[in-house]
Amino acid sequence: MAKFDLNDSSVVVIVGSGAGGGTLGNELAQKGVKVVILEAGPRIENHDFINDEWESFSQLAWTDARTTSGTWRVAKDFSGLPAWIVKAVGGSTTHWAGASLRFDEHEFRVKSTYGNIPGANLLDWPVTLTEMEPWYAKAENKMGVTRTNGIPGLPGNNNFKVLEAGAKKLGYKTVHTGNMAINSQPRDGRGSCQQIGFCFQGCKSGAKWSTLYTEIPKGESTGNLEVRPSSMAVKIEHDASGKVTGVVYADESGAMQRQKARIVAVAGNSIESPRLLLNSASIMFPDGLANSSGQVGRNYMRHMTGSVYAVFEKSVHMYRGTTMAGIIRDEAANDPKRGFVGGYEMETLSIGLPFMAAFLNPGAWGRSFTSALDGYPRMAGMWLVGEDMPQETNRITLDPVVKDKFGQPVASVHFDDHPNDVAMRAHAYKQGAAVYDAVGATVTYPTPPYPSTHNLGTNRMSEKPRDGVVNKYGQSHDIKNLFVSDGSQFTSGAACNPTLTIVALAIRQADYIAGAMQKKEI
Amino acid sequence: MREVDRRSKHSRRVFLKGAATAVPVAAVATSVAVSIEDAWAEETSALSPATMKTLLKVARDIYPHDVLGDSYYITAIKPWDGKAAKDPAVKSLISGGISRLDQNARDRHKVPYVEVPWEADRVVLLKEIEQSDFFQKVRGDLVVSLYNQKEVWPRFGYEGSSAEHGGYINRGFADIDWLPKA
Repeated sequence: MAKFDLNDSSVVVIVGSGAGGGTLGNELAQKGVKVVILEAGPRIENHDFINDEWESFSQLAWTDARTTSGTWRVAKDFSGLPAWIVKAVGGSTTHWAGASLRFDEHEFRVKSTYGNIPGANLLDWPVTLTEMEPWYAKAENKMGVTRTNGIPGLPGNNNFKVLEAGAKKLGYKTVHTGNMAINSQPRDGRGSCQQIGFCFQGCKSGAKWSTLYTEIPKGESTGNLEVRPSSMAVKIEHDASGKVTGVVYADESGAMQRQKARIVAVAGNSIESPRLLLNSASIMFPDGLANSSGQVGRNYMRHMTGSVYAVFEKSVHMYRGTTMAGIIRDEAANDPKRGFVGGYEMETLSIGLPFMAAFLNPGAWGRSFTSALDGYPRMAGMWLVGEDMPQETNRITLDPVVKDKFGQPVASVHFDDHPNDVAMRAHAYKQGAAVYDAVGATVTYPTPPYPSTHNLGTNRMSEKPRDGVVNKYGQSHDIKNLFVSDGSQFTSGAACNPTLTIVALAIRQADYIAGAMQKKEI
Repeated sequence: MREVDRRSKHSRRVFLKGAATAVPVAAVATSVAVSIEDAWAEETSALSPATMKTLLKVARDIYPHDVLGDSYYITAIKPWDGKAAKDPAVKSLISGGISRLDQNARDRHKVPYVEVPWEADRVVLLKEIEQSDFFQKVRGDLVVSLYNQKEVWPRFGYEGSSAEHGGYINRGFADIDWLPKA
């Protein structure tokens, strides 16, 4: 396994090992580029994952201090936990459900399609679906996405069967067990799904794609990739010409190290990535790196989300089998007649009893609450995930007071729903309840958004440097050898789950970086 | 469909052992001073037995599940005594919260909280202190300490960890049999 010297200034340093960083690292390593990945969290292999929600949360979740503000309910109910993401090698690909959907054509052109929406900072992506299609195809093949590349769909579990029956009664047409990066048959050295459940707690069987046991070991076996776990990046440094020169990080023992670099790629998810750029402010870049537009940290998106749980007369046992076991796509199109722009997906979701108690209606107590939990075995559930509006004021900033153990200001997350988000959520709750009512639900529960899992947009792509942070390849407008490689580069959020797009962008970015290195452009 | 066996595997004997670890079960059972039912509350170090018993009632009223015996609630609230022993601030938070609740109950019903006979009347008393630090801390702790007990899960038809059983691929992940034909 490769081990690079701290003073080796020929390496590409990637901050983060998730869908963006892990993929980029392997892709570059395969092309012969030397890579060091700095991962803030420990390396926990999949056999050590725990089928227990709270224990697993302690094992994997990012629980370092963050602060929150805004009118979103998360700021009240989980003020220190704006996001439910992972601090471990593999990043949030350990925790994700596996849904792998392509953006719709119009979702790369939201400004052109939706027009002027007051309060929304809409912008077209500098890239189109046509341009992305070959990269989506590579990502699907890499991840083994069901219903692509001749891979059959997964079998539907009880939770899906309830959703499917209700959807059909309601007249929905596009209902199936999803495009999932979960093996329905053995592939790529990994076995097929055992319907364990606990997809959010890390897939113990390895059937679900995660960079932890796909991209990362593949990259390591080339001899070009070194992953340093428990290494928290605190500052990106630059020289007098403005080019970045390396990353200062705290190693496992807490000691500060400086890894020199030819190129730095930031992939720490949409809260930590802008935080790192902002914390790297210097005399030359007083507002933080890559921030001449003032857009670093802005346009924070988290998807319009919500859940609907329904109780029936007879048992469902929704927790058996894959967490996200199927989808209704009929509401995903842009149909402004519904009273909002953009669309949403309806995807089955189940959480165990401990998390149901914590998230069904945070803060609630008494008979109406316990009556809902008494219905747990007879419950079916779905997650509603749709496009939310980018707003400049929804924003990651550096907290003026709270600092982490290395003395760096922590991220403060501000979020208010846009009226379009509120209208979409109301529609989604109504349709979600209708699906279950159609097959005899005795009661339905519109459940508020959980701490964010889809964090997007805080270093967005733009054609013009004044509108965003990075160009169509994730390369920062201001600094040629500084890249952003995670969901923070999203110009808009689209209706669907973001991971496939993050992976497709990372594969494409690796191609661009390797080419530019060869041509000595960077 | 494969249903989950909801019968309690949580025997009284196990509960007594667990709740009163310092005293042999036989000694508790033969003691003339305390009844078996109250033994768990006598084993406190920082909070008074009366406070613990009131806390139990409060816990039941916050998350009332009539299928669950007291033992699960006792397991959930017992750690407050240990926390109070270590931290005077916790001790005064719990003792003070319970005193206030008892005072409100006496003002309204002429009896302490545990003796207010109807749950609905006790819930009114809890509603009055819902925003207090005491209530928020007790409820916030209880939502984990009650529902995160593995012994509680089968009572709600939840089976917990499944990987060691080979997942659900051969154990009913798709055995639903009552849905209308699509």
